[in-house]
Amino acid sequence: MVRKISRRAYLAIMLIFLYAPIVTLMVLSFNASKSRAKWGGFTLKWYKQLFSNQDILNALYTTLIIAFLSALIAVILGTMASIAMNSMKKKPRAILMAVTNIPMLNADIVTGISLMLLFIAMNLFFHTRIRLGFGTVLLAHISFNIPYVILSVMPKLRQINKNTYEAALDLGASPIYAFYKVILPEIFPGILSGFLLAFTMSLDDFTITYFTTGPGIDTLSTKIYTEVRKGIKPEIYALSTLMFVAVLVLLIIINRKSDVKEKA
Amino acid sequence: MNNKKRYLAFPYILWSAAFIIIPLLIVLYYGITDVDGAFTLDNIKLMFDPINLKALVYSLILSGISTIICLALAYPLAMILRNAQLKSSSFIIFIFILPMWMNFLLRTISWQTLLENNGVINTILTTMHLPKIHIINTPYAIILGMVYNFLPFMVLPIYNTLEKIDNNVINAARDLGANGYQTFTKIIFPLSMPGVISGITMVFVPSLTTFVISDLLGGGKVQLIGNVIEQEFKFKYDWNTGSGLSIVLMVFIIISMAFIAKYDKDMEGTNVW
Repeated sequence: MVRKISRRAYLAIMLIFLYAPIVTLMVLSFNASKSRAKWGGFTLKWYKQLFSNQDILNALYTTLIIAFLSALIAVILGTMASIAMNSMKKKPRAILMAVTNIPMLNADIVTGISLMLLFIAMNLFFHTRIRLGFGTVLLAHISFNIPYVILSVMPKLRQINKNTYEAALDLGASPIYAFYKVILPEIFPGILSGFLLAFTMSLDDFTITYFTTGPGIDTLSTKIYTEVRKGIKPEIYALSTLMFVAVLVLLIIINRKSDVKEKA
Repeated sequence: MNNKKRYLAFPYILWSAAFIIIPLLIVLYYGITDVDGAFTLDNIKLMFDPINLKALVYSLILSGISTIICLALAYPLAMILRNAQLKSSSFIIFIFILPMWMNFLLRTISWQTLLENNGVINTILTTMHLPKIHIINTPYAIILGMVYNFLPFMVLPIYNTLEKIDNNVINAARDLGANGYQTFTKIIFPLSMPGVISGITMVFVPSLTTFVISDLLGGGKVQLIGNVIEQEFKFKYDWNTGSGLSIVLMVFIIISMAFIAKYDKDMEGTNVW
């Protein structure tokens, strides 16, 4: 009994530790005072002002577009690569897996500067006219997102019984039809979690974006970073609260639905 | 059929050559050349410049402490989560991934509000008649920021390996007379080693190389090696020095990767999602 209570207490303390800063930010979004240090009474004015702040809305738009496109392209490339790797011999697969792990294990700052130097070196040595901005950030995000997709899809592929796919072929299905009917439904949960993970990672990234972006293009992260010294606009807290709550509600709905399915 | 399938990897192979391998080679190139493109080791030797060396040693100490704290906090947490015997692990990933929807910088800045001298934590401590803590803008705050941000990367791999341990193995140990302590040291802990090693590297590497956390919570007083490199690139535009210092940093990263390769052959631990 004591053990159970102490376990619960430990779990609760860790959850408080993880979520205290988030609750703080939510409270700050209703704070009438602009200062982060004192409470000036309840207000909704930051939520109202948020929708007329074109700067923040632009950053939000850029962030979401980059997160969506990078996750989508990463899912396509990553799923194709996973299917290929699954049928490769041990050695080439091990090499490709090792390369896949580099962006996951490497430091963000090194990944960021290496990509920045790539774009600069291209301009210097091949006289291309790559400008640091939307395109370079997107390329960078796709690159660090692919490993998350591969790591989500690979385990699902391994679980598939190869015979079912071959049976479909024997029964006259074309390889593409057999893929859609046999393989895709099995790996779809992996693809979906890969997409969500990639989207989240892209959304939360600061370091790699910071090194690969250029003047005029801001994601929420880089926008917040430039505002840190001037003082962060409370509208950003309001926006973050809205985003957080939206995702929370969405995930709860998805979880409920899959629970119902499991029971049925 | 299998031969054809392999071609599906082509776009990814090209992609990873262009955006993973070649960029790292370019860092290497800039690191061992000077402004005119001539070979030199001066950029790498700059790591032994007293200011840079101090930053590196400081980073190693802070990230080492953070990693140990993360391990100490995460292991019991992972054990509790394992023993809860949840039907699916999606709930656990859910609670650790969800915070990422609140921007990383905001989450870190939020600790300023919590830790300030008249901040939330000190107000609570005062009402409980406990002494105040003054850690904002000190290395302690940086350690706290590192632990806070990277704790999930310790919990998830450890949980992942613990969850795979067959209950029968543990029961067998108990049946054969092992007490709780022996079961843990002889069975559970050794089996969770791949997760522990992955967790250690996944906390140590980002802590060692961060420049944001020290920037936001250290009050600009503490220079970590990440801050030094960031300034070389963003303010001094000295790509050669910055790359040289990054190469030294990469040595530590490669050592960490080698550890994972040795203890976690199937990449069980990193496969957290």
